[in-house]
Amino acid sequence: MSLNSKIPAGELSQKWSLYKNNCKIVNPANKRSLEVIVIGTGLAGASAAASLGELGYKVKAFCFQDSPRRAHSIAAQGGINAAKNYQNDGDSVYRLFYDTIKGGDYRARESNVHRLAEVSANIIDQCVAQGVPFAREYGGMLSNRSFGGTQVQRTFYAAGQTGQQLLIGAYQALERQVALGNVTMYSRHEMLDIVKIDGKARGIIARNLITGKLERHFGHAVLICSGGYGNVFYLSTNAMGSNVTAAWKAHKQGAYFGNPCYTQIHPTCIPVSGDHQSKLTLMSESLRNDGRIWVPKKQNDNRKPNEIPEDERDYYLERRYPAFGNLVPRDVASRAAKERCDAGYGVGTSKQAVYLDFAAAVIRYGTIECSKQGNHSPSAEEVRKYGLAVVKEKYGNLFDMYAKITGEDPYEVPMRIYPAVHYTMGGLWVDYELMTTVEGLYCLGEANFSDHGANRLGASALMQGLADGYFVIPYTLGNYLADDIRTKAIPTDHPAFVEAEKQVADRINKLMSIKGKQSVESIHKRLGLIMWNKCGMGRTAQGLQEAIVEIQALKKEFWSDVFIPGTIEGMNNELDKAQRVADFIELGELMCKDALNREESCGGHFREESQTPDGEAQRNDEEFMYVAAWEYNSDSKWTLHKEALNYEVVKPSQRSYK
Amino acid sequence: MKNFLTSSIGKKLVMGITGVSLIGFLVVHCYINSLIFLPDGIRRFTEAGHFMGTNPIIRTLEIGLFAGIILHIVQGLMLTVQNKSKRPVGYNVSPGNKSSKWYSRSMGLLGTLILLFLVMHISHFWVPNRYSQHFGSGYEINLYEKMEMVFQDPIVVLVYVLGCISLAWHLLHGFWSAFQTLGLYTPRYAPLIKGLGTAFSIIVPLIFIAMPVAFYFGWLPPASSYVPSH
Amino acid sequence: MEHYNMNLTLKVWRQQNAQSQGAFETYSVKEISSEMSFLEMFDVLNEQLIHEGKEPITFDHDCREGICGACSMHINGQAHGPWHETTTCQLHMRAFKDGDTIVVEPWRAAAFPVIKDLMVDRTAFDRIIQAGGYISVNTGNAQDANNLPIAKDKADESFAAATCIGCGACVASCKNASASLFLSAKVAHLALLPQGDAERKTRVLNMVEQMDKEGFGACTNTGACEAECPKGISIMNIRRLNAEYIRAGLSGSIAK
Repeated sequence: MSLNSKIPAGELSQKWSLYKNNCKIVNPANKRSLEVIVIGTGLAGASAAASLGELGYKVKAFCFQDSPRRAHSIAAQGGINAAKNYQNDGDSVYRLFYDTIKGGDYRARESNVHRLAEVSANIIDQCVAQGVPFAREYGGMLSNRSFGGTQVQRTFYAAGQTGQQLLIGAYQALERQVALGNVTMYSRHEMLDIVKIDGKARGIIARNLITGKLERHFGHAVLICSGGYGNVFYLSTNAMGSNVTAAWKAHKQGAYFGNPCYTQIHPTCIPVSGDHQSKLTLMSESLRNDGRIWVPKKQNDNRKPNEIPEDERDYYLERRYPAFGNLVPRDVASRAAKERCDAGYGVGTSKQAVYLDFAAAVIRYGTIECSKQGNHSPSAEEVRKYGLAVVKEKYGNLFDMYAKITGEDPYEVPMRIYPAVHYTMGGLWVDYELMTTVEGLYCLGEANFSDHGANRLGASALMQGLADGYFVIPYTLGNYLADDIRTKAIPTDHPAFVEAEKQVADRINKLMSIKGKQSVESIHKRLGLIMWNKCGMGRTAQGLQEAIVEIQALKKEFWSDVFIPGTIEGMNNELDKAQRVADFIELGELMCKDALNREESCGGHFREESQTPDGEAQRNDEEFMYVAAWEYNSDSKWTLHKEALNYEVVKPSQRSYK
Repeated sequence: MKNFLTSSIGKKLVMGITGVSLIGFLVVHCYINSLIFLPDGIRRFTEAGHFMGTNPIIRTLEIGLFAGIILHIVQGLMLTVQNKSKRPVGYNVSPGNKSSKWYSRSMGLLGTLILLFLVMHISHFWVPNRYSQHFGSGYEINLYEKMEMVFQDPIVVLVYVLGCISLAWHLLHGFWSAFQTLGLYTPRYAPLIKGLGTAFSIIVPLIFIAMPVAFYFGWLPPASSYVPSH
Repeated sequence: MEHYNMNLTLKVWRQQNAQSQGAFETYSVKEISSEMSFLEMFDVLNEQLIHEGKEPITFDHDCREGICGACSMHINGQAHGPWHETTTCQLHMRAFKDGDTIVVEPWRAAAFPVIKDLMVDRTAFDRIIQAGGYISVNTGNAQDANNLPIAKDKADESFAAATCIGCGACVASCKNASASLFLSAKVAHLALLPQGDAERKTRVLNMVEQMDKEGFGACTNTGACEAECPKGISIMNIRRLNAEYIRAGLSGSIAK
């Protein structure tokens, strides 16, 4: 099957308007008899389910958590971008579009990104109308802040909890539709397979996680909004339950997987403290506005940070990238930290960390505050006192979180940070309408390969999730369902449902019957280590080839030696986890294959063979300016399809932050 | 709105409104009682008592007062029982006083203690007085003399003291809590209400305690030293 | 910060499902690092149980960074354990010392029935939101965001109420198992904003009615909810809830 991205004709800036004007629509009476299944209730899923419910579709929404409000979108800290130009600093739809394309290292589809930039402003309007309490200025107007990789202030925020506030807004809209009877909510349910009838997605098999029973649900269309797959690395900033299972089942039913190797490693996370570590915690990117990153100039320096004099510190980002300094994009900052640690300059007990130091900011702010008060020759103590107060006001909640986790006081000693897996740009391949290669099967939000190319800019994930759910899918889904109004709801005793349920049940029985010796968790940890070491921040052909062999061996081990206690009936978290890890293992292999295939460095994907003489990422536009869309054939076998990226408006150039 | 006073907040509103009325009653009660500590106290007290016992407006309000007390008691006991049922399985380790004050959690208990005290208190003074007015001599009894007599018994004095201490704790939470329930405990007035409430919960019960104690130790002039002028 | 290891005794509530009788089980865990989070200590215990062929302890958890509101353990008599304004997942083992016995129980409330072990059913909170915890605005209805200036102090106050994570610690700590803090945070969040004004009266009446229907108790202002709330939601929101309720009730608005 060849890929048809269905990009509308016309000038880039007119495509979406033309599409909306010409797409088919479903009349309200018919909407009532059309059923839509939504998997996942994060920003993309909740906003889609709510919006479709408002339109009159019969929606069934599923999440594995106890409530849709727990989806991991809630953990996003920094903000959401929108081309409002409220600051009069030259922002525009085009500029947001351009920044996103460039930030993505020219590996995203122009038409999708432009649409994203176009609807970004509507998102802010919608959220404010819902009662999202964004930060405001004293005049009552919305406040903005700046974020990495851009030169304008376009980020809207609600303290360090923007994701929470946006998700609560979408959640409330969703619950309103539940109350009105337009949406039926299935919480503590996990989707375990797609049901296809005549080549079209027509439903799902889901497991009720409380009773353990398998359920069949029909839908005229199915929307996968299940988020990213960062947990393939075991350790990531994702939630413990974040998983690839829904997307992976879709993939195995014919949905191509786009750019699986594109992983965003976030530079400022709290480092691993030991083998017990279960997850990593992000420290907002905004800290890099004021923190200076450094390591000792001497290798294996065991002195305490405060004992290392200024001239023995290496502010390596400022040294390597004088133009952007500590504010280089995430992928660049992460690789630079890894390079220093690998070379033996890392700090802390693990030596896998660098310092993020606020001492200079404290002095700078302290001096300003003192001079505001007319004190032009303040003592060092006075400067420190007032400087600390400013830093506390700006970053207090983050500093507190750091102190709780590490037991160290970041006001006294520099923070230790290290990069961690944060976001996956790859995901199910979708066309302009967000439909996967399976008809009637859509994918929204982080779960699709979407709009971020090879690297996502800060504050863009929230924007994309809500754009897809509130403003894109209501149109594109209608365009598909308009041809489906004569299709009656298919009874779930249809052979396709029976067969799909049997497959799922067989797999569960198989897992439970292995009765080996290793826990699911221990195998997941080993998978994570392989992925982190060989498909992490730096990738080589040799490492990737080794990783593929190791993962295949691990898969065998898993299917012959995993131990799952408990029973199939009733709640069994270990069984839930086992099914997810089984999918992660398969995905891990595909990620390595994709990374091996892409013999260039771009965005979050860094092939050590492809770098400039001074160690920067080297893109290869001649050979790799395409989306890698992988078709699943059979166990460990995939076919690569390429969607060429045609840049009509933006001219790709080598990114430079020097 | 039909559930306005029967919802969980509605029930609390009833508690708050009756509670505030009872606080108002305490002010009057306490004022009149404290007259005995003033020079010429017996006369002042007796005259005030006479006014309260015979003025038709006051007597009408008295009915309201009793209705309020009964409502406060019945609603309070029902709330306590209902609230208790909202946690059918309790904790093995209870938080103790880490997150709340014991007296704020013990309003039902403190209220019950006050109720027991109240039964005794009413049967000492109010019942004989009204009986005498309506079924006996047709006049009020000499309350000062009655107090002098009742407070000779150390056990009675002790019960009064304990009753007033219960009242103090009950008020220490109840005072501000009533304002909170009525939506009036706003940030601006919170310090005032809290301060006033604390002062009230200490001063008023102290004055009430002072009477039985003073009578018991004979610090007050004997009833026989006062001869009514009319 | 000095790190240390500790051996602990854990008394944990085990209950197979909603219907069965539960009981405490005692476990010992060894060599627990002071750097672990409380839930990582539970991971260690669960791995230990799995290796013994036993069923691990079921508990709710997800983001493990204090924001999703899933984790819900009553630790040594306190919701989310001994640290102030901290969720269970952010509680670290530095809070304990070698030889300690830690008692871990599920949230206890009639409205939060136990599903399994330490996991409870908190869907009552979702139903309270369904009763009116939203602003009725369909996608596409919105006007330009800055057409509606909102004073910073109001916006900040609204935000402070909106930071509730819906974990249920307020219910778990309240002696009456009241959901007033949760409910009041939502009522205050929306009542403080001009967008929420149109539905202000019906919202509070319907949400209170739903809260009562779910079997939560009445608020008696003990303040335990505020003290145990991992996000420091103030009981001043309950004051506002009461005021909103009175205002709506007295103006004769009809619920539903």
